[in-house]
Amino acid sequence: MLAFIIKRLGQSVLVMLVVALISFIMFRYVGDPVASLVSQEATMADQAQLRERLGLNDPVHEQFFRFLGNAVQGQFGISYRLQTPVSELILSRLPATLELAFTSVVIALTLGILLGVFTALNPKSWASAGIMAFSLVGVSLPTFLIGIGLIYIFAVELQWLPSFGRGQVVSLGGWWRTGFLTESGLRSIILPAITLSLFQMTLIMRLVRAEMMEVLRQDYIKFARARGLSKRAINFGHALKNTLVPVITITGLQLGSVIAFAIITETVFQWPGVGSLFVNSVAVVDVPVMAAYLMFIAFVFVVINLIVDILYYIVDPRLRVGGSARGT
Amino acid sequence: MSEIVPLARKSRFARIIDSDIFYSYRRSPVAILASIVAAILILAAVLAPWISPYDPFNPRTLNLMDGFTKPMSESFAGNFFVMGADNQGRDVLSTILHGSRVSLFVGLSATLFAMTLGVGLGLVAGFRGGLTDAVIMRIADVQLSFPAILIALLIFGVARGLIPPSQQENTALMVLILAIGLSNWAQFARTVRGATMVERQKDYVSAARIMGVNPVLILIKHILPNVVGPVLVIATIGLALAIIEEATLSYLGVGVPPTQPSLGTLIRIGQQYLFSGEWWILFFPAMTLILLALSVNLLGDWLRDALNPKLR
Repeated sequence: MLAFIIKRLGQSVLVMLVVALISFIMFRYVGDPVASLVSQEATMADQAQLRERLGLNDPVHEQFFRFLGNAVQGQFGISYRLQTPVSELILSRLPATLELAFTSVVIALTLGILLGVFTALNPKSWASAGIMAFSLVGVSLPTFLIGIGLIYIFAVELQWLPSFGRGQVVSLGGWWRTGFLTESGLRSIILPAITLSLFQMTLIMRLVRAEMMEVLRQDYIKFARARGLSKRAINFGHALKNTLVPVITITGLQLGSVIAFAIITETVFQWPGVGSLFVNSVAVVDVPVMAAYLMFIAFVFVVINLIVDILYYIVDPRLRVGGSARGT
Repeated sequence: MSEIVPLARKSRFARIIDSDIFYSYRRSPVAILASIVAAILILAAVLAPWISPYDPFNPRTLNLMDGFTKPMSESFAGNFFVMGADNQGRDVLSTILHGSRVSLFVGLSATLFAMTLGVGLGLVAGFRGGLTDAVIMRIADVQLSFPAILIALLIFGVARGLIPPSQQENTALMVLILAIGLSNWAQFARTVRGATMVERQKDYVSAARIMGVNPVLILIKHILPNVVGPVLVIATIGLALAIIEEATLSYLGVGVPPTQPSLGTLIRIGQQYLFSGEWWILFFPAMTLILLALSVNLLGDWLRDALNPKLR
């Protein structure tokens, strides 16, 4: 157990080191860090002095280790565009993205499981056929068009919900400003969260449907029916319970993608999160923010993968035997 | 026995008509409809400079008085617009024709680039095995676990930082193709590698090896034709993905330059007029993008089923 965790941890650290190397190369060689910091009146001597002070003349490996040291402490330098520390920028925008991702995962899980169970239990009804066809169209449409469509229906035509921003936010003490506690905040999150959840929802729905249909064919379901258990007890107590493990795994693994896909949704709805910060940085080549965002997303992915792997290892005893035999 | 006609005697056209693929095509109404829609859209895009009613990028023929003309109506200046005019008085139909030309060009080039790179690396990985295989597939694994749009954005940003500002306008399309292509090669590599590993063990490859054929030649002349079927399917679906990816990047404002608007750019412009009631500036480009992506996607799905011997 311990050996597995240490080995898995080692792999994660290796991945993070590679990502850090890519970030460092971007940080150091894309654009000139000095040129973007000094004012236009700076003389060559001033620039050389700044270059020396920033340590840009040191050997490359020393610079990389310094970059690593700073990154571990959460320091990624100063944004070229906004002239504020990158770590502050990301921290101030992180709650918006996390709240959006959390809400959309909750929506995707609830609706995905409900619709999946419904289509599995009534495979021949016209409603199921409609839901399946709708999910196919939903997958092949670009996310930003779905967002625009929702804005058109609910903000322009019906005027029920706001089309941009986060509404009113309140501070939860410290840097976390939440939109969950105000009415306008809650109304603002509905459209972006639905947009972001749609893809995950269809994924979860199809997964639940397939697993559920598989499980319903098993003998223990027949036996439960023979025992005269109520339909509800069989469908939800016995069948659904056994489909949930893969669903939770997929949802966990997709959490990183949700945060990454938030880039598009946040731009459509002008949601002040990390994703829109990243897009704006790419447009003006604000390298420190890009490098920091890359490290951030990679970190999220690596941590989630690590947790899922360890959970699997704990839950599934077969992996313990297989893992040591394969030796990979 | 004399009435047996050798296969080669039949014309190429007749052989296509008799083939399994064409049979499956005739039996699938979805495929026929999708291919007709895709063909019309592609033809319209290719012929855009000759068939579009106005030249939307020539400032001399633009008239600001035409701005916001409704669809199917005549403007104050006396010009007729089938799909209306946008804020600058550009004919929406003409901008769509030119825009889908840019979208298709970027999508096709990026898919070709991704295909060449992915198939090449997949062949090498599957044929060589060992460390080469491990390195290439590890990179593909890592890349596949991140969304393509994120990788394309990063590559785009890095390329923008490396190219001097004076060159950015000319190189923007190339950078976009590079970014989308590099974010989509892994899928090809994975499929081709698997197929190559199967083919590598077959007798004809051993025979070629024993005869002393150059390994590069074995890969290209003997193995490649046998792994090309699934590549076609991935390329078709990949084209739909690349078109959507390009539209997304352009919508985010980091794609094509403003002088060459693609469908994504047009949608970005149109969204600004959603609240003021000029729906046509957004609606028609969006519908074109949906039709294009959906028809190519459906064609890919059909091709996958048609080429899958298990489903026949």
